[in-house]
Amino acid sequence: MADFETPEVKEYLEIPALKQGVMSHSKPFVSKEQFQEPLGFPGELVENWQQVAVDKLGELLKTNRGLRVFMDSCVKCGACTDKCHYFLGTSDPRNMPVARQDLLRGVYRRYHTLPGKLFPKLVGAMDLTEEVLDQWYSYFHQCSECRRCSVYCPYGIDTAEVTMATRDIMNAVGKGQKYSNEIIGKAFKIGNNLGLPEHALADTLEGLEEEVKEDTGVDVRYPLDEKGAEVLLVTPSADFFAEPHVDGLIGYGKVFHQAGISWTLSSHASEAANFGVFIGSMENMKRIAMRIREAALDLGVKRIVFGECGHAWRVAYSFLNTLAGPFDFLDPRYPVPQHICEVTYDLIQRGALTLDKSANDHRRVTFHDSCNVARASRMGDIPGGQFVIPREIIKAVCNHYYDMAPDTIGEATYCCGGGGGLLTDDLMELRVKGALPRMQALREVTEENGVTHLAAICAICKSQFSKVLPYYGFQMDQIVSVHQLVSDAIVMAPRQ
Amino acid sequence: MSFATVFFALLFYAATAILLIGVGMRIVQYARAPAPLKIPTTPAPTTRSGVALRMASEVVFFHSLFKANKWIWILGWAFHLGLLLVLLRHLRYFTEPVWTWVVLIQPFGIYAGFAMLAGLLGLWARRLFVERIRYISSPSDHLMLILLIAIAASGLAMKYIWHTDITAVKMYFLGLMRFEFHPLPTEPLLMVHLLLVALLMIIFPISKLLHAPGLFFSPTRNQADDSRERRHVTWVSAAEKPAAQTER
Ligand code: SF4
Ligand code: SF4
Repeated sequence: MADFETPEVKEYLEIPALKQGVMSHSKPFVSKEQFQEPLGFPGELVENWQQVAVDKLGELLKTNRGLRVFMDSCVKCGACTDKCHYFLGTSDPRNMPVARQDLLRGVYRRYHTLPGKLFPKLVGAMDLTEEVLDQWYSYFHQCSECRRCSVYCPYGIDTAEVTMATRDIMNAVGKGQKYSNEIIGKAFKIGNNLGLPEHALADTLEGLEEEVKEDTGVDVRYPLDEKGAEVLLVTPSADFFAEPHVDGLIGYGKVFHQAGISWTLSSHASEAANFGVFIGSMENMKRIAMRIREAALDLGVKRIVFGECGHAWRVAYSFLNTLAGPFDFLDPRYPVPQHICEVTYDLIQRGALTLDKSANDHRRVTFHDSCNVARASRMGDIPGGQFVIPREIIKAVCNHYYDMAPDTIGEATYCCGGGGGLLTDDLMELRVKGALPRMQALREVTEENGVTHLAAICAICKSQFSKVLPYYGFQMDQIVSVHQLVSDAIVMAPRQ
Repeated sequence: MSFATVFFALLFYAATAILLIGVGMRIVQYARAPAPLKIPTTPAPTTRSGVALRMASEVVFFHSLFKANKWIWILGWAFHLGLLLVLLRHLRYFTEPVWTWVVLIQPFGIYAGFAMLAGLLGLWARRLFVERIRYISSPSDHLMLILLIAIAASGLAMKYIWHTDITAVKMYFLGLMRFEFHPLPTEPLLMVHLLLVALLMIIFPISKLLHAPGLFFSPTRNQADDSRERRHVTWVSAAEKPAAQTER
């Protein structure tokens, strides 16, 4: 299958002995001019890249308090060293969160602190050489920006922020990552990450309507660009056709239909994902986010709802108000934006949906908390609602639900291994190895509770699991959308 | 006036100035840098008072560290709590008359000295023998522990083995606080203890000891999770403002 070995799933998740440099070869394809230019980045490594990088770091230190505090505050206590799934799966010590940070911190100390200028060796400061840039490129593309380490650091040091900053610096000197940057370009040019043009999208949605009609005998609508709809649904473009994503989209449509909520997708903002966050670029993140505001204004909707997507929900929940707000033109009775799970959960609570749990009786389900939902956002009114609401939905539509081990879910959840702009085939080894802790936990519930399906609410998680489950002896179709479960259980009566 | 008297007087004036000004400048830098986005590590409190509680549980109990690793937590906590009590105990050398509560904690201060030393030795052992922590350690990380261990050990040694004329030491520091010079005893151990403490004060603002003020400015811990309810905007310059602000 590949030129690397899938890690062995053992009885317990072990903290591996260090194997220095075993992942230093792992690097995604470098971006080219055609992908760099639309984002406002130089097309190739600029001549005075060292100076540009040092200056860019200086600028970020002044404009991002978190980065400055994180650079100074680490005491090398080691609490985070065994918390990263990429370290646990690869044994490469550079994948320990603090060691990853130190690749930037060493340069920070060398050029921006007194002791680093005077006694570099003493304080672990290092010159920004080509070799260091190489290591940056390798190891800052071995971080899925999942924030698991930030939960455990006594100072809340968030390696995700350090990774974003370093990727931003690398883009500034012209060493960007092809995968993320190409996709951002597509979102700008065509409106979504898959590069699905408007007419193709319209066709797809029409096809969905026919399919659902065939299945249920009910006319469920999947509308596009419908002015005056109540809800603008913004969902990851994977939902438009790929399995298991599309089954989730079918589910959203059924929920809206049964609740009698008029809704629409937008061809202008036909993508919830915002890869700007992955590359740490405020400008690009803002540009992508603005499309959603524009679409909402243009279509005259009253609410914005996001489909199942982890990092998109982070950007939506935590950043959208800052980047593209204020949203005072929307209905103030609803939070802006809302997650589709919040909508469905509310409807279930109010008894507005008729659900037949037995429709899912052939499934024994567990739930994978996606990192950006778990550690960078919320659902509902109370902290931790992001853990409760999806589970309550699943329990409302399934008779058999089992959680994975407590230290692998909730705020301690392990990344699927493909987040943060790493969901690309050129990083397959990393993705497979990084999935180890989750696969370990899945194996446990499989053996103990006979779990057959892993439900998730993130497009990246779903794609990643479809790809890596077979490496660990599972079936690729064991991963399902939460709204696929809803879709199967919802009783569709023709509306009177 | 002996050389030591003058030398240590100047040293402590300088060290105090460097500590206060250095840390003060760093705090200003932290405070001035904008936090452009809401990035609390969730689940996070949704209100300011909730955030105060979260911060308190971090500062007082090292809550996140507790979740992470019980060994580092117990050793680190013993060291910090010990240090706090020892520092408070030392207040008696800088006050006359000595405040009652400082008198009351004196015996605890002594145990605290041992707890502090034990914690430090444990932390150093981990740094030396746990492969992962050894890997992330620079020479300065070892030296910092050695420095603290030496300070604690020299202090305890003065208490239990080679006593110094503590009354004279107190006179000396009380004097310094009023810019008067009294003679400082010159036992070598005292010299070492004072020298190392001054060194610690001097490197504070340029070392990882900045984690102390840093924690209070850490956005993943000190931000409330209220991004949908309250629009968070700290744009640095007008040029960075989102179009939405000018548009509507
Ligand atoms: S837990 Fe935080 S302070 Fe400790 S080593 Fe990791 S990043 Fe540094
Ligand atoms: S953010 Fe996640 S992937 Fe990155 S270092 Fe921390 S634990 Fe690892």
